[in-house]
Amino acid sequence: MLIFQRSVEGRVALGQWVDGDLDLSDLPEAGLRQTKAVLPEVSELQVVRHYTGLSQRNFGIDTHFYPLGSCTMKYNPRGVHEMAMQPQWLSRHPLSAVDDHQSFLKILFELQQYLSDITGMPGVSLTPMAGSQGEFVGVAMIKAYHDANNDTERTEMIVPTAAHGTNPASAVMCGYTVKEIPTGSDGNIDVDQLREMVGPKTAGIMLTNPSTLGIFSRRIKDVSAIIHEAGGLLYYDGANLNAILGKVRPGDMGFDVMHLNLHKTFATPHGGGGPGAGPVAVADRLKPYLPIPTVVFENEKYRWTTKNDSPDSIGRLSCFMGNAAILLRAYLYIRLLGRKGLTRVADFATLNANYIMKRLQQAGFECAFPDRRASHEFVISFKKEKKQWGVSAMDIAKRLLDYGCHAPTTYFPLSIPECFLIEPTETESKQELDHFIDALIKIRGESETDPELVKTSPHTCVVKRLDDVKAVRELNLTWKPTIND
Amino acid sequence: MPFIPHTNEELKQMLTDMGETHVAALFDEIPADLLNDRLEAIPEGVSEMRLKRLLTEQLADEKMPLCFIGAGAYEHHIPSAVWQVASRGEFLTAYTPYQAEASQGTLQLLYEYQTMMASLMGMDVSNASLYEGASALAEAILMAVRVHKGQRKRVIIPRSLHPYYWDTVKTIVSEQKIECVPCDFDPQAGVTDLGALSQLSDENLAAVVIPQPNFFGCLEPVDEMTDWAHQKNALAIACVNPMAMALLKEPGQWGSADGEIDREANTRLEIGADIACGEGQPLGVPLNSGGPYFGFLTCRQKFVRQMPGRLIGQTTDLDGCVGYTLTLQAREQHIRRSKATSNICTNQGLLVTAATIYMSLMGPVGLRQVAGVSHTQTKKLVDRLIEIDGVERVFDRPFFHECVLRLPRDVDEVLRGMSLDGIQAGLSLKDYFPELGDCLLVCVTETKTDQDLDVFVDGFCRWLG
Repeated sequence: MLIFQRSVEGRVALGQWVDGDLDLSDLPEAGLRQTKAVLPEVSELQVVRHYTGLSQRNFGIDTHFYPLGSCTMKYNPRGVHEMAMQPQWLSRHPLSAVDDHQSFLKILFELQQYLSDITGMPGVSLTPMAGSQGEFVGVAMIKAYHDANNDTERTEMIVPTAAHGTNPASAVMCGYTVKEIPTGSDGNIDVDQLREMVGPKTAGIMLTNPSTLGIFSRRIKDVSAIIHEAGGLLYYDGANLNAILGKVRPGDMGFDVMHLNLHKTFATPHGGGGPGAGPVAVADRLKPYLPIPTVVFENEKYRWTTKNDSPDSIGRLSCFMGNAAILLRAYLYIRLLGRKGLTRVADFATLNANYIMKRLQQAGFECAFPDRRASHEFVISFKKEKKQWGVSAMDIAKRLLDYGCHAPTTYFPLSIPECFLIEPTETESKQELDHFIDALIKIRGESETDPELVKTSPHTCVVKRLDDVKAVRELNLTWKPTIND
Repeated sequence: MPFIPHTNEELKQMLTDMGETHVAALFDEIPADLLNDRLEAIPEGVSEMRLKRLLTEQLADEKMPLCFIGAGAYEHHIPSAVWQVASRGEFLTAYTPYQAEASQGTLQLLYEYQTMMASLMGMDVSNASLYEGASALAEAILMAVRVHKGQRKRVIIPRSLHPYYWDTVKTIVSEQKIECVPCDFDPQAGVTDLGALSQLSDENLAAVVIPQPNFFGCLEPVDEMTDWAHQKNALAIACVNPMAMALLKEPGQWGSADGEIDREANTRLEIGADIACGEGQPLGVPLNSGGPYFGFLTCRQKFVRQMPGRLIGQTTDLDGCVGYTLTLQAREQHIRRSKATSNICTNQGLLVTAATIYMSLMGPVGLRQVAGVSHTQTKKLVDRLIEIDGVERVFDRPFFHECVLRLPRDVDEVLRGMSLDGIQAGLSLKDYFPELGDCLLVCVTETKTDQDLDVFVDGFCRWLG
């Protein structure tokens, strides 16, 4: 039932009623609203009960194992959430005087230093609000750099076919033409082909390492040499940073610019699809172009930078300071784990992924790259199962819901048919991993003996399998009182 | 370390099952010269208990002044239920609802949000949110250019728009060679000068941006601007404060010429803006130093396929029961890659969760009351301040819950003085519009009592004195 269907005309949540006589005499009559907005007229209890009820129709990390590849669904510490919800933080206006809020600015300043240390890059701007905005910023800085060198013929951005869809989309937003480079059968980028592909038009390359295939590109330094010799720059997509956190610094691999996904690596809540935060880190040569504002420490005081401080900055990305409270959460998470805890993240994220991969291989599942180590995630393909029993990766994903596991990422990377990208993260125990492995083995058994059971799953969720085609054909994006009731 | 559950025994067992002896072996494909376990700038970890203590000590320096700053972020009362329910783990720790059957809570909530927001704006459809207001406007402009199939790449933007929205839009759209043409405001009225607008070339014009209220709090001539845009076959993009729309005419009703024949162009003028976007923060989201907030984007049905961001649609399941799912995904980056409408991947789901609960608690009447009381309190304060010698309103147009005042002495000094009294008296416009002189943008919401206004006026008299 929708909240609108609980509405009764004239009902008001009186506990939230704001007293006061209105004086609207100065507002022109013709400029006032004449219609009533479709907002529900319900009591406070009805609201609380309705949305508590909706929450119970969700899987979250707090309720289920959530091995969504490339999304790093690790435990989001409750203590961090509580500390970030203090009234002093919540009530701080973004344009209030910096003298009143030195400790908040100090936190952001320190976070800039931490991220610089982790990435091995000297410049950091915290303002991008998500990974995709970080990518846009990174590419825009590459462009600004080439433009400043009067190197305007560089119109191409190289992107692997296996890259996240945001990579090519971000390159296009900056006016670049995307040139795709395929991945070799060993999961590595094809270095010989790359050598032939680069030239005077090459602006740069966008890479993740470990890649979206869950594999560390061993020849990364060759890649970096080829791109740099051609006059291009290297962009690092930080989506997979959890795999190498505190172990390998993208700056040391030769990257010039990168973004970090704080909602992945630094455990800030994903919130049903956001907010995230996608700070960028850069090598010295890109520092002048970092987006504003950043925080500097001068004359014993923290303050924001403006266009006057960095006239070559690519500019501002949001009205204020990005997703400031997410930055605060990431800072608190880093303080809880500390330098030792952070390096152990990569150890155990990698251990958990390799453990599941090995056990599934032993059980006869087909891994995309059986001869390679998994990073923090890996790819398996159900091509065989699809051919033999007609059960697709999507069917198996839906059946996993019945076993109390959120499904891994499905059908990505696009180059592997009928695949799962599985990322367990370091915060899952052996019991959870074993349960997941057992569930997959059972589902494969069901696929053989009773494929319909799998193909019509899920059976235990609040709804049965939903019709996505109908959702597009009979587009219904808003509730209308006359049609739906 | 604090959240890794493995015991030593389990670790050993797992390694044995894998045929390994050490975790380090799992990293043997990484060239040894790249491996580097050194984090120098990061301190040793601390327990939750200790970190809370450290934070409490730091928080003692953070002041909590009485806030009269608006300028794009507004302090409204947020009912306790909003964040208590939004902070439930099932909302907080879910991700983008790719597995619809396991995400009906988030999906239904977003569908309800789309309904509320579209209706508040008087538009047909809403997406499931963007990052925040300024970047949402940038996305609206990119969308308008797509509607014109990239053939028109000029956009008129009033100078009365928030200067930081201007900056953000320039950063984002200029990479695609879209030209942003400023339109001056009338220095007496504080709103877009229609004469100046009519002088601007309509060549290659994709859209006209119409802020309501504008940065100065003033009410723009939205009907005339909408009609003008439509006469030039350009889209009218409304960029509005959603709280204001509970009281003021919604973008879907803008324009004065519904169905009228425009003789010059010989076309029928349609009523209503084509896209309405803005900052959703006033609807249940705390100030929080500027974020996370959420941007909203609504439009007419016919432009829905050019929309960026997630969309939720109603559908049915195998048994014919109603359910909700992500839809029109063919617009998005994970399918279309370089041909997507936008690179946007996330939305601001958690903030939209809060806003949906907030709008439900307020209802249509309660929301109007919040807007009305905010405006009434602002008017009370402004009326008292302009009685002080030398203090005057800068612009003569009606305003909504925010107003520009000129002061007879240095505005920054007055603000510093007021700050000593524990009052953030507003925003100095010196950095934003130096040509206006010593001006203050002051904003009052329903959270301020008459006693608060007394304290403000007393302090103001003293520091001006």
